[in-house]
Amino acid sequence: MASRYDRAITVFSPDGHLFQVEYAQEAVKKGSTAVGIRGTDIVVLGVEKKSVAKLQDERTVRKICVLDDHVCMAFAGLTADARVVINRARVECQSHKLTVEDPVTVEYITRFIATLKQKYTQSNGRRPFGIAALIVGFDDDGIPRLYQTDPSGTYHAWKANAIGRSAKTVREFLEKNYTEDAIANDSEAIKLAIRALLEVVQSGGKNIDLAIIRRNQPLKMFSAKEIELQVTEIEKEKEEAEKKKSKKSASS
Amino acid sequence: MIVLLSRRTLASLRKGLGGCGGKTDSGSLPSRLLRTFRLSLSLPPLRTERADLRCQRTMALLEVCGAPRGQRDSWALPALDSDLRSDPGHYSFSMCSPELALPRGMQPTDFFQSLNGNGESNVQIEMAHGTTTLAFKFQHGVIVAVDSRASTGSYIASLRMNKVIEINPYLLGTMSGCAADCQFWERLLAKECRLYYLRNGERISVSAASKLLSNMMCQYRGMGLSMGSMICGWDKKGPGLYYVDENGTRLSGNMFSTGSGNTYAYGVMDSGYQHDLSPEEAYDLGRRAIVHATHRDSYSGGVVNMYHMKEDGWVKVESTDVSDLMHKYQEASQ
Repeated sequence: MASRYDRAITVFSPDGHLFQVEYAQEAVKKGSTAVGIRGTDIVVLGVEKKSVAKLQDERTVRKICVLDDHVCMAFAGLTADARVVINRARVECQSHKLTVEDPVTVEYITRFIATLKQKYTQSNGRRPFGIAALIVGFDDDGIPRLYQTDPSGTYHAWKANAIGRSAKTVREFLEKNYTEDAIANDSEAIKLAIRALLEVVQSGGKNIDLAIIRRNQPLKMFSAKEIELQVTEIEKEKEEAEKKKSKKSASS
Repeated sequence: MIVLLSRRTLASLRKGLGGCGGKTDSGSLPSRLLRTFRLSLSLPPLRTERADLRCQRTMALLEVCGAPRGQRDSWALPALDSDLRSDPGHYSFSMCSPELALPRGMQPTDFFQSLNGNGESNVQIEMAHGTTTLAFKFQHGVIVAVDSRASTGSYIASLRMNKVIEINPYLLGTMSGCAADCQFWERLLAKECRLYYLRNGERISVSAASKLLSNMMCQYRGMGLSMGSMICGWDKKGPGLYYVDENGTRLSGNMFSTGSGNTYAYGVMDSGYQHDLSPEEAYDLGRRAIVHATHRDSYSGGVVNMYHMKEDGWVKVESTDVSDLMHKYQEASQ
């Protein structure tokens, strides 16, 4: 049944599916994981770095992109599609600043990206964008925000979310571990993001890319050394927690 | 404010229309004007001409916008369904609409240049802003005071014209110049402000609203619009006051006065202005400035309409006759 209704994007199936959009979401699930966390004074984006070939220059593969001074996004899915969307979003950020004299709110640029994606699910001869995006930033009023968009053009606000290959596992981890204490201060929020990624990423800190935005400050990308520091701290804390547990069980 | 076109200007318009239309039509002028200056917003195009008009409309606008810089070749015109215009994700803030249908071959910029008196023709369309409006910021907000006379040459068309448009409870726009231009563009601005609020869930800032209006003016620069407006409001950044002009000028400031009586109003305002006036003193200052301007300027008169923009919105303070006020001041000084 599906094969008759999945050729053209503008055709609904009898039970109300747009199969091309759903297949686009499958493409997203093939992309490497990205996680976003909204703290009280900080927003964190972490991505799983795909392993690069020996001769490839690592620095040219960037999954976390700046849209404006106060907004950035990470994506999962087709890299080329993401490049197009990011370019349009960057132009819109500046166009908004020119017309309205105010920087975009995170919600506005998310809505723009979502509307752009929706437009491509309703035109002839075009296919949907095969990416899901996590858009983070601070608004003028200093409130941190995290939004997620998907290929169908819907967007939602989240406290913490993951997209890509093992999104489900990471989301379950976040649901268990996202507490008021976990985001109490900036370093805790950063550690939560790294811990969430370590659940699904092989070989630890080498394959993680991290970026943060603090209120009124531009995006800061973590270097490999800083990530290693965080990872070793997390492993230390894990060991201490396990020691405490074993002590308790030994004594009781 | 200039309300109607005088017979002289009507004649020159007829000459301008007939000159570049090709065949001269024997239809009456109003119907010709209606046909050629048909706003595509209010009247739908005739069915037979729809596709043709659409093509013409985009191309006519392109011609118009490209006119000062020279004609573009047909291969240089973007495709009809081109990127930015038809992209719903890009909120074009009324840059595309309204689209005025123009007669073929008509270049408004050239046409109006020929009427500025530097050609052989004796006709001149004088785009004076016949009015007095003023606004100033002080410690308790913004005071807006305007007169209410609408004049067509030496004929007073209206004694009680409302020259302040209430865009929303936190935004006011004043009008000076051509009444039709001011009313149309500021109502369009009000529409855009409302759409902004509906789309974004928060009220538009004063700087954004004035920027939208000034962009509209820039789009039609050189085509004979006449509008001098002050956008006043209170937003997250506090009280805001911007002056926007038909040339696309947009200035932020603490005190502005526009119109033919503005020099008289500036004189009175400058000599009495302080930032820490009380509301009553500020009302008196605005009142006096308008009254003295109407006393000396023949294109201003009627009543003083005064508004006070406060943190929780504007209030209309009063609407008092200027001659009564002038008598009061003269009696007081005797």
